[in-house]
Amino acid sequence: MTDFTSPAPAPDPGPLPGDLPAPAEGERGRSLFRLALRRLVRNRAAMAGLFVLLLVTLFSFAGPHLVGHRYDQIFTSYVAVPPSLEPRPSDEHLQDVIETAARRGRVTVGDFTVSGGSFTATLNSEKTIDPRATRYIDRTDEFEGTTVTATEEDGRRLRIAGTVAREYFPFGTDSSGRDLLVRVMIGGQISLLVGVLASLVSLVIGVTYGAISGYLGGRVDDVMMRFVEILYSLPFVFMVIMLVVFFGRSFVLIFLVIGATEWLDMARIVRGQTLSLKRREFVEAAVAMGLSDWQIIRRHIIPNTIGPVVVFVTIVVPKVMLLESFLSFLGLGVQAPLTSWGALISDGTTTMQAAPWMLIFPSLFFVATLFSLNFLGDGLRDALDPRDR
Amino acid sequence: MAADAILSIRDLRVVFDTEDGPLEAVKGIDLDVEAGETLALVGESGSGKSQTMMAVMGLLAGNGRASGSARYRGEELLGLSPSALNRFRGAKITMIFQEPMTSLDPLYTVGRQIAEVVRRHRRVSGRAAHTRAVELLTLVGIPEPERRVDSYPHELSGGQRQRVMIAMALANDPDLLIADEPTTALDVTVQAQILELLRDLQQRLGMAILLITHDLGIVRRFAGRVAVMRRGEIVETGSAEAVFTRPSHAYTRMLIDSEPHGTKTPPPSTAPAVLEARNVSVDFALRSRGFFARGAGTMRAVHGASLRLKAGETIGIVGESGSGKSTLGRAILRLLPSEGTVRLDGRDISALGRSGMRPLRRQLQLVFQDPYGSLSPRLTVSAIVTEGLLVHEPGLTSAERHRRAGEALTEVGLDPAARNRYPHEFSGGQRQRIAIARAVAIRPKVLVLDEPTSALDRSIQVQIVELLRRLQAEHGLSYVFISHDLAVVRALSDYILVMKSGRVVEEGPTAEIFEAPREDYTRTLIAAAFLTTLGTAAEARPQASGDTPER
Repeated sequence: MTDFTSPAPAPDPGPLPGDLPAPAEGERGRSLFRLALRRLVRNRAAMAGLFVLLLVTLFSFAGPHLVGHRYDQIFTSYVAVPPSLEPRPSDEHLQDVIETAARRGRVTVGDFTVSGGSFTATLNSEKTIDPRATRYIDRTDEFEGTTVTATEEDGRRLRIAGTVAREYFPFGTDSSGRDLLVRVMIGGQISLLVGVLASLVSLVIGVTYGAISGYLGGRVDDVMMRFVEILYSLPFVFMVIMLVVFFGRSFVLIFLVIGATEWLDMARIVRGQTLSLKRREFVEAAVAMGLSDWQIIRRHIIPNTIGPVVVFVTIVVPKVMLLESFLSFLGLGVQAPLTSWGALISDGTTTMQAAPWMLIFPSLFFVATLFSLNFLGDGLRDALDPRDR
Repeated sequence: MAADAILSIRDLRVVFDTEDGPLEAVKGIDLDVEAGETLALVGESGSGKSQTMMAVMGLLAGNGRASGSARYRGEELLGLSPSALNRFRGAKITMIFQEPMTSLDPLYTVGRQIAEVVRRHRRVSGRAAHTRAVELLTLVGIPEPERRVDSYPHELSGGQRQRVMIAMALANDPDLLIADEPTTALDVTVQAQILELLRDLQQRLGMAILLITHDLGIVRRFAGRVAVMRRGEIVETGSAEAVFTRPSHAYTRMLIDSEPHGTKTPPPSTAPAVLEARNVSVDFALRSRGFFARGAGTMRAVHGASLRLKAGETIGIVGESGSGKSTLGRAILRLLPSEGTVRLDGRDISALGRSGMRPLRRQLQLVFQDPYGSLSPRLTVSAIVTEGLLVHEPGLTSAERHRRAGEALTEVGLDPAARNRYPHEFSGGQRQRIAIARAVAIRPKVLVLDEPTSALDRSIQVQIVELLRRLQAEHGLSYVFISHDLAVVRALSDYILVMKSGRVVEEGPTAEIFEAPREDYTRTLIAAAFLTTLGTAAEARPQASGDTPER
């Protein structure tokens, strides 16, 4: 059982009788939590994990504001294009596009030049060209703002100019032509939110339930724990489907559903801790002091379970993220065009051979996040319970 | 002299790497243990006496480093690989520890555990090892060794387990037995028996014993030579007689003099009774009940005990562990369900439930034995000390509570500036002061003190006794003082109850109990207590056969 009465395996220096450490007036003591934090900061792997986690969070939440694309914006010209740091479209591709567009307008393209973000071209035809033919060009994704700059040969040759819409797709696009970079960011938002919020839900329910059950003990404990066991025996998917049927499908529901199933482990862990804590003398001292049950649970039981609970949360977060992707895979989670890493990965597996980047990028982020969480969890466990080392 | 030294330690240093930088626990000590002698290494907790031996045996914690030299018959032990060290460890140099409860593996029979040690160091058959185990159990005085060899540790009493530990230590005829506080966790009467056993074994087998202890009574009775350690240094070495009669160092003198002195003047006989308990009995359910099952059986821990506590009086409750003295203390505080009546200021409180008791809790407080377990590790001292005010004076502002915390700390002799610190930053004695501050901060009438000095060093005990006396005089407190330590009880109590197996077997004013005990049990307790504190090796002899059987 984890407890924190002896923070380090070093012997007490043992002051002489009557000696008192001479603290500066008003100095704050070092709480166990602060000591643990100091140990954590010294753990390189955990700090690297924390750093990666912060980067991923920043990427997911600040990223979409920096990239101009919306997560549900469809680029019909760029369906399933591979990732590239070069801007799209390429010049040869533009030539093709303008020729196709011109053919639709029954004209042919003369010289066509692109410089930077703008282009000039001449359009030829045997008949007078209606200036509205430029609309065919504007209709493509690649060109916009096409205007006629000069009319020659009685209207049979038009000089036109306009801007080229250049797009960057560093992660490529998916099979509907949506920018994968933005989708990975949005997916990250959803996955991280689900992970953190659902863990919080399970934390709150589990800690409260476990502490009450363990502290009151006796028959109350029996009943409360049997209830937990009944919930354990219900298949998870069945529970989810049932809740979805009752409450309809919504984003918030995912947090609740996952949180509502994940609290069971937490409740058991906290109950076990509580059972050993309530026999400790400081709890008896609190009873002798006349504190009410709830005051004792709040002041003495819950703060002392924090160590194992924090460690367990770092295990729950990745577990919850995996669960969410599982639900999304079944079609019970987030719905397109909204997405999550889990959903992106499951999309990616279907096109693995033709478009491997659709699998690789979300998986990379997912794996990096899970690794960081595990390193951080490991570090927290070492920091909170130094006797384990 | 150094020629027949079997263990010679030179300039041994032990350093621990901690959060706050290196911490030197042992600061270059020199020590020789000669063949066949009994050397006591004495010091208070934290003096580095255990770490010295841990370093020699290669058992330091992961963050500890040892330097210097420790030679066993000329062979260097420090820096040996674990496998090389094992040629000596467990064979030539063996150790017994303080905690017999946790030193044995609960999954194996004691015979198997002893046989394992034998076979680890010698090539013998399983049968021979088993025979040797029975032989060893006979040697350490376990009754019916043929049957006991197949017992599991939980089937043995604490004293018997310590005997098994000794048997394991003797399995390979060691030259040196290191006994680290071998009797501290045991009852006084059992302590005497174990010490007698060690002395007897030493004479028969001729090994050297290095006794690590804080208890000078044991040292005086048992050791030939003494080394006194303080803050990682040896301050004095010499024959036991010389050290005790002519201590040369001030610290040694302080240790020898740290006996609680004086007696208490009883309150006037007209003082009103504060707390009265009549015929209190406590039952414990034997088996934890299943969901549908009814209670299977009960164990009666206290049989109809009565006491009458007057204002300003101290009642001492003495007895060995398991005698029901702590249970009685909690029953009169209504922390445990009990039969019989308890009256507080003439009002019957035995029928009150938890919420009915809550307003009365203010007048009845409790101080525990273990100052490490009785303070919540996550609250500041200020929060701990003022906890009772939250309940009993809910109107106070937090600034006001903080001020009261400072006052309470000053009262128990702590610096009020320390109130923002956490319990783990204090030593054991300081923590016990905090626990007392918590109890007196709400101005109770009755304080039940459950072995408040047992976990502390002797010199700290004396200070706590002084503190309790002062608080009693200043606030007119009444104490119920529960302890197995008769020296402390004698210094504090007006009246004594002696408990055995849940019954009060004898009671009376302190002087009467100590001068003319009626019961054999009381006599044994007194004899055992003062054997280890006052007696000398010669006086101890005839007493120690001990007619009290171990439980």
